[in-house]
Amino acid sequence: MDWQGQKVAEQLMQIMLVVFAIAAFVTGYIAGSFELMMYVYAGGVVLTILTTIPNWPFFNRHPLKWLDPSEVEKHPKPQVTTSVSKKKPAKK
Amino acid sequence: MHSFSYRANALLTFSLTILALMCAMASLTDNFNSPSPTATVQILNVNRFQKRSNGDDEVAITLNISADLQSLFTWNTKQVFVFLAAEYTTPKNTLNQVSLWDRIIPTKEEAKFSVKPKNKYKFIDQGSNLRGRDFNMTLHWHVMPKTGKMFADKLVLPGFRLPESYSYR
Repeated sequence: MDWQGQKVAEQLMQIMLVVFAIAAFVTGYIAGSFELMMYVYAGGVVLTILTTIPNWPFFNRHPLKWLDPSEVEKHPKPQVTTSVSKKKPAKK
Repeated sequence: MHSFSYRANALLTFSLTILALMCAMASLTDNFNSPSPTATVQILNVNRFQKRSNGDDEVAITLNISADLQSLFTWNTKQVFVFLAAEYTTPKNTLNQVSLWDRIIPTKEEAKFSVKPKNKYKFIDQGSNLRGRDFNMTLHWHVMPKTGKMFADKLVLPGFRLPESYSYR
């Protein structure tokens, strides 16, 4: 999951749960049934799990653009300083 | 949100927080319900009225209880516990409460009933004060909700009087 996908997944999870909770409460209250509220909300939670937890291709539409490998040769890594490299042979 | 388990954890936590909130709101809706229960109680017969060997008065009676407690039930009601108590004043105690009968009402359909029981629990006074005693029958109820706090209320039915003398079999 890419950065954009993670943001979308979190927002989608929160919005879906809140919407299902409101829908469940309203239907339960109108129908006068506490059980119905629980079933509607449980269904909503299952649906939210299926939507936001698996790593769907939908969440991977903004891949990070890494630099071309040839750039590494143009900008070499700074060498490790001598004080660190001295200690290693001393151990052996 | 970067891994499977992190997303599962976030979803579980958030969904349970919302569930708790929903239950709290369901409990709050009980305040909109203003019940109007009705009840009548009759003493059909005084089966036995005697002084026990330790000097306390004991009465055995047959009751006729009819009540309509359906308005106590809301969508958030699990059950209603109802009990009938005889309440009276004696020189020793400013309030005596003697539970005579009780019942658990699990559904709204069963909240409207008419029964003719004998007193389920013994009607015994702390002393010998029951002859000619005026007393109230009080119907108490406790509403047990599915979530939230319990409610309790009562209906006082005055104007009962016990016989002036003991009866012997």
